Amino acid sequence: MKSRLSDAVLHLALLGWGLVVTLPLVWAVLSSLKTDAEIFASPWSLPAEPQWDNWVRAWQEASIGRYLLNTVIVVGGALVLVMLLGSLTAYCLARYEFPGNRAIYYALVAGMLFPVFLALVPLFFVVDRLGMLGTYHGLILVYAAYALPFTVFFLHAFFRGLPTSVSEAAFIDGCSHTAAFFKVMLPMARSGMVSVGIFNFLGLWNQYLLPLVLNPDPDRYVLAQGLAALAVSQGYSSDFSGLFAGLIIAILPVLFAYVLFQRQIRSGLTAGAVR
Amino acid sequence: MRHGKNRFLVGALAAPLLLYGVFVVSPYAQAFYLAFTDWNGLSGQAEAVGLANFTALWSDRLFLAALRNNGLMLLAVPLLTIVLALFFAALLTMGRSDRHGGIGGIQGSGAYRIVYFFPQLLSVAILAVLFQFIYTPKNGLLNGLLEAIGLGSLGRAWLAEPAWALPAVMAVMIWAAVGFYVVLFAAAMESIPRDVLEAARLDGAGRLTTFRRITLPFVWDTVQVAYVYLGILALDGFALVQIMTVGPGGPDNSTEVIGLTLYRSAFTYGKFGYASAMGVTLFFLTLSLTMLALRATRRERVEVA
Repeated sequence: MKSRLSDAVLHLALLGWGLVVTLPLVWAVLSSLKTDAEIFASPWSLPAEPQWDNWVRAWQEASIGRYLLNTVIVVGGALVLVMLLGSLTAYCLARYEFPGNRAIYYALVAGMLFPVFLALVPLFFVVDRLGMLGTYHGLILVYAAYALPFTVFFLHAFFRGLPTSVSEAAFIDGCSHTAAFFKVMLPMARSGMVSVGIFNFLGLWNQYLLPLVLNPDPDRYVLAQGLAALAVSQGYSSDFSGLFAGLIIAILPVLFAYVLFQRQIRSGLTAGAVR
Repeated sequence: MRHGKNRFLVGALAAPLLLYGVFVVSPYAQAFYLAFTDWNGLSGQAEAVGLANFTALWSDRLFLAALRNNGLMLLAVPLLTIVLALFFAALLTMGRSDRHGGIGGIQGSGAYRIVYFFPQLLSVAILAVLFQFIYTPKNGLLNGLLEAIGLGSLGRAWLAEPAWALPAVMAVMIWAAVGFYVVLFAAAMESIPRDVLEAARLDGAGRLTTFRRITLPFVWDTVQVAYVYLGILALDGFALVQIMTVGPGGPDNSTEVIGLTLYRSAFTYGKFGYASAMGVTLFFLTLSLTMLALRATRRERVEVA
């Protein structure tokens, strides 16, 4: 049948893009295990013997290990903070009537319309004046503040959709407002929290502009900054294998997370886009 | 039950609103003010200059180059990404047509989606460093690939030639974004009622006609959302350019982008008022893009019968 033939063509097209996506990554992994001489000899050759030493060098001498730790601290701290504050804010705005409710909601959501570049200059001076330039807590607070609008926007719709009867029952049972939120409403919003949590995690993990401006201390560099700095310095010392190793180490955590949670990650991110 | 409501609300909202006010609202508000001053970072020395910063922008060759490049990216990146993503999404969701006129996803559709999506998760810094090496003239992947298929003469120093540097940067954006939109569009296409598609197929409509007359109108809303996101992406490009290109922004300003001009004016030259004027310009560009796309969405809605 004719459609058999065209099916084969379609498969070829799909496979083609699959190669376009995977080839650079496979090539980077292979290069991270080669010697510099092998890298220069041919982009295609396999390493004669895997040079795990490249990875050790990247981890220790090129400080990828330290950058990773810095990133975990900053992103972890900001994520906990924004999820706590964001869910509380969204819950209050979605479930309580009070004067100013709408105004606060729109002021928060409007934050999504502004490019961060616009805030960059004054933000630098705000953080500087607070003495928080190049500190973990400074970055954590800024990251959380900029992730807040989307978090509130997403969870607001979520808390709106939850039935009122449950929280009323909780109040009748003598629950305080705080307990009703943490013990009853928050667990019910779990799937929304997971979606927005994944969205925020990736957004913050990949942040480059904010740390570039607010985090000038090389000891506190996050992974993105560290890699960029490494690309410059290793380029001069032409330790390409070390740089490839650093690159792969930076990709691995995300790859592992993706392998484990690929379905949630894809649906979480696409759910974020359609809203 | 109403007991303690106000105390709870104040306690819950005080911290997030303070955080948001200090780090988000106040910088944005200050930026609009600074854009009309000649502030150079020394406190108390901001002189109001009216629209001078904005008029200066129009004779700033660097900024005009940036505007041109972001404009080119705005034309090419969303269009190419959406066309590629629609194509692959269509193949994944309705590529196969069985003998009975049924239409289903192609074999291995899930695996393709998993692989295609992955680049979306790589940070821009990783992308920039990775592709800097792919474009390296001597031992890079791209020239090696061209050589392997006998097109070695096409190989060049991609990031060193003014004509190729910007397309090379755009290719990275497209490479990373396509998979995300394949997944997004494929999900939208799967929600098209099967019987509509199958009826069209039975009426003798080919794949192309079905796609143009049924699939595309159905997913049009999603395409417009995609256009906004990709447009915002194309108006940025800062991190890729700053890490990847020579200069950065070169050669010959051929990869200069607004974000880079802004960053340099502020943090290299200390022209904070001037940089803020660029920020305001960028804000209005982003805003008009969003408004245009949202208005277009409202006009054309497909009614599901």
